[in-house]
Amino acid sequence: MSDTAETTEEVVVDPNAVNITINGVPHVARKGQLVIDAAADAGEYIPRFCYHERMTPVGKCRMCLVECDSGRGPAVTVSCMVPVAPDMKVDTESPTTKRMQEGILELLLANHPLDCPVCDKGGECPLQDQAFSHGPGESRYVEEKRHYEKPIAISDLVFLDRERCILCDRCTRFADEVAGDALIHFNSRGNNTHITTFPDEPFASYFSGNTVQICPVGALTAKPYRFKARPWDLAQQESTCTTCSVGCRTVVQTSRDELLRVMGVDSDPVNHGWLCDRGRFDFESVKSEHRVQQPLVRVGADLQPATWNSAIAAAAALITEALAAGGAGSVAVLGGARGTNEDAFAWARLGHEVIGTPNVYAQMGDGLPAGLLALPRATIDQMASAATVVLLGPDLKEELPVLYLRLRAAAEKGRTRVIEFAPRHTGLTSYAWKHIGYEPGTQVQAMKSALADEAVAAQLAAGPVVVVAGRANLAESSAATVAAVREVLAAVPGATVLPAFRRGNVVGALQVGMRPRPGGLDTRGTLQAAAAGKIECLVLVGADPLSDFPDTDLARRGLAGATRIIAVDTFVTESAARANVVLAASAYAEKSGTHTNLEGRVTSLAAAVTPAGNCRADWMIAADLALELGTDLGYGSVADVTSDIAAKVAGHAGVTPDAVAGDGVLAEVNPQLDPMNQVEVQVGERNAYEYRLVVSRVLYDQAVGTAMSPSLAHLTRASAVHLHPLDIERVGTTDGARVKVSSTRTSVVFGVVADPSVLRGTAWVPFNQPGPEVGELIDCFAAVNDVRIETI
Amino acid sequence: MSRLNEANTLLAKEIIGRYPKARSATIPLLHLSQQQNGHITNDAIAHIAELVGATSAEVLGTCTFYEMFKMEPVGKYLVNICGTMSCQLLGADELMHHAEHSLGVKAGGTTADGMFTLEHAECQAACTEAPNMQVNYRHCHRMTTEKFDQLIDDLRAGRLDGDIPQHGTLARVRQVIPAEKAAGVALPDVPVEPAWMADGGKS
Repeated sequence: MSDTAETTEEVVVDPNAVNITINGVPHVARKGQLVIDAAADAGEYIPRFCYHERMTPVGKCRMCLVECDSGRGPAVTVSCMVPVAPDMKVDTESPTTKRMQEGILELLLANHPLDCPVCDKGGECPLQDQAFSHGPGESRYVEEKRHYEKPIAISDLVFLDRERCILCDRCTRFADEVAGDALIHFNSRGNNTHITTFPDEPFASYFSGNTVQICPVGALTAKPYRFKARPWDLAQQESTCTTCSVGCRTVVQTSRDELLRVMGVDSDPVNHGWLCDRGRFDFESVKSEHRVQQPLVRVGADLQPATWNSAIAAAAALITEALAAGGAGSVAVLGGARGTNEDAFAWARLGHEVIGTPNVYAQMGDGLPAGLLALPRATIDQMASAATVVLLGPDLKEELPVLYLRLRAAAEKGRTRVIEFAPRHTGLTSYAWKHIGYEPGTQVQAMKSALADEAVAAQLAAGPVVVVAGRANLAESSAATVAAVREVLAAVPGATVLPAFRRGNVVGALQVGMRPRPGGLDTRGTLQAAAAGKIECLVLVGADPLSDFPDTDLARRGLAGATRIIAVDTFVTESAARANVVLAASAYAEKSGTHTNLEGRVTSLAAAVTPAGNCRADWMIAADLALELGTDLGYGSVADVTSDIAAKVAGHAGVTPDAVAGDGVLAEVNPQLDPMNQVEVQVGERNAYEYRLVVSRVLYDQAVGTAMSPSLAHLTRASAVHLHPLDIERVGTTDGARVKVSSTRTSVVFGVVADPSVLRGTAWVPFNQPGPEVGELIDCFAAVNDVRIETI
Repeated sequence: MSRLNEANTLLAKEIIGRYPKARSATIPLLHLSQQQNGHITNDAIAHIAELVGATSAEVLGTCTFYEMFKMEPVGKYLVNICGTMSCQLLGADELMHHAEHSLGVKAGGTTADGMFTLEHAECQAACTEAPNMQVNYRHCHRMTTEKFDQLIDDLRAGRLDGDIPQHGTLARVRQVIPAEKAAGVALPDVPVEPAWMADGGKS
């Protein structure tokens, strides 16, 4: 055979091909591929517990033992640890292999409690399945089994039953290798090896839910799903997580029309199977009893339940009155980032075409200008394989957790060097090649001096550069960050940008049209106009300026000044409570459609359950309202909107129902977006206000998705001012004491937290946490916000 | 409070400096902590984790692997009586029986005055000197019940303070590594070659 191949000139030998046989059948494997993977490619599934494709093999469980012959006769081989070799003969079905598999299973089951009937994993348990398919069927072990207290809570969300544990090292490896939170570990190795946390230091990782998903037995269970369902009663559909704009692929599982569990799907370009705990568990808010179930219309001081017909008529009347009173420019539509692309497109058409207002915007004053999307866009994969990533944005661990996992993995493997510009230490700081701390407002100077550094310049010239750009500080204007992004793009030709926008579908909403037309107002402008009494009708499509807009005072004045307010929302939020009409919108997993993540990837969203009460999808509400206003948008189903987007929105021609399945399709950058505004940054003197304010979000805040999910609601932290320990001394206070924090606007009393990750001379306050509102101190028109801190 | 004291924290930093990766110093620091306190406490583990840049859970995992790191307080003197074959044949069981009676504790227990913890041990690699036992890992060869009583008396009276330090002390002489021979802390991806390797082992 080989002789003929050598004499034939056309045959190109793949240098990476390795010829092996698996159970006597020839197979071409890749060089360096593990036997277990090569066998899987050839259709031979080798049983395993500890092996996981996304983590380093450790050969712990020995379940994948097979016979391999590399020329010296068959030898028992751990197939997850051994790469293929030329002419290797793998036998996954030999009598020896079978005996070993039976032996390993008998040993693993010796101490396993076999409580499958009451175990949540029963029915989807690799141990149960493989004991059935590869096990001996009976045990010779008659002695007493190990006993442990069961289960113990290793975090607020995860319970551990050590009796069921088979010590496969998957959860501990995940915690250490993938999440970087090695808070669980093997303890008392030997006869009594078991997994524990350190006493009083729970497994409080943002990614703890993944350990439950990858546990091959029922040892780890998640609080929200414990004893809720049996796997065979679950229906499931693939969908996309819309909690943040990473757009992790998920499978949504339901039983009897109730959402019960969300699991990560391994999407190679996006999430590698991982989810953050917020994305995994905030589905609880969808079935919250506090959801608004039907439209509400204001009668006097109260919002009263109404029929859809009367509510739509009331809303249309409000818009008509507003148009009569102040013209189209007096109507503004805010929001759209919560829903699907279809929702955003229908609302953009309603705003721009039917009402005729240019004032439509999906961002809440906490992102960067939409023009960022018009810059050459990087994908997540390009970021994770770039030579250099310039990070000029928020703490990814807090705002875009799975993007953090991808970037952390790239930095850890030494593929990518991260140059981080941040006003405080972030989750990525310890993995960054260079951390450049800057005082808010001085990004450009920091960038200039970094670019002048020889080592940095050499690194930037070493290969592809991706700039991850977002809003690191809500208490400063976005101008300085934008200018710094422009600076690095000018210095590094060919650099691409990954917009680190946070809100679920904000990129999709902006791309399909939820952005101001020429002369239109953004959110800040809208609220300012409303405060001045120039907005006759304010439409909030899933927007809650009172809790989300950084400048609380402006939001309050804006909502008070708007003559009429229509809210389309899933909850009666603080802002919706001030509306004249509340239109009940269906939530995540209650409607199908498409979602666009931050790299522009359009994926599908599944309707897994019936909407709560009489709720309707936002696009439906927009279509009804348009019809009431005299225009037929022409939408009878969500598919109509999807195809309308493909037809009308530039770059979306390829977004078809087939294309959005699975990993989805990249929608090319919309060329209609305006380039970024050129604003010079003017930072004034500090005077007596000697601490520069840094305000940013943490993963768990009071957003409805978290606040209305019982498992997550208590994970918020207290609103407090974090100061560098030396600054605490300078103020003359102590950790835990209370201080008065004053801006030019007002004073707020906060607790003090000593936090060495805060830059000296700055004060960090997490946004939207229970307690005093930091938004009261923020002036969104100022380049930066400085505060004075006094003891009380 | 049983974190490393000020002097030991300085020493710990010096020990960390001997290794290319800080966490390689975990076990030496656990020894240092046991020397200071006689056993390892959770506070000490948290402190060591801080010093070597690991999580407390990881340090705990390492610590609990080793029998000789004690997570509970032990007596000033840890008495390990070997019970493996050579010693057993030459009277280890009788010695243990006698020790339990004379100290008034079962194997694994600590005397009320906190002086002695009695333990059963596997082979101590002194079969020619059987029956063998150790006090704070210092060998006591060819033990008899009389020699045992004498030893306990001497320890109680402090007559052996010069020979047998209290539990946790590995050696009274600390290794001193000249700075130029220390590997030093370096980033894992930029290994710094220690001086003794660079010159081919001449120094």
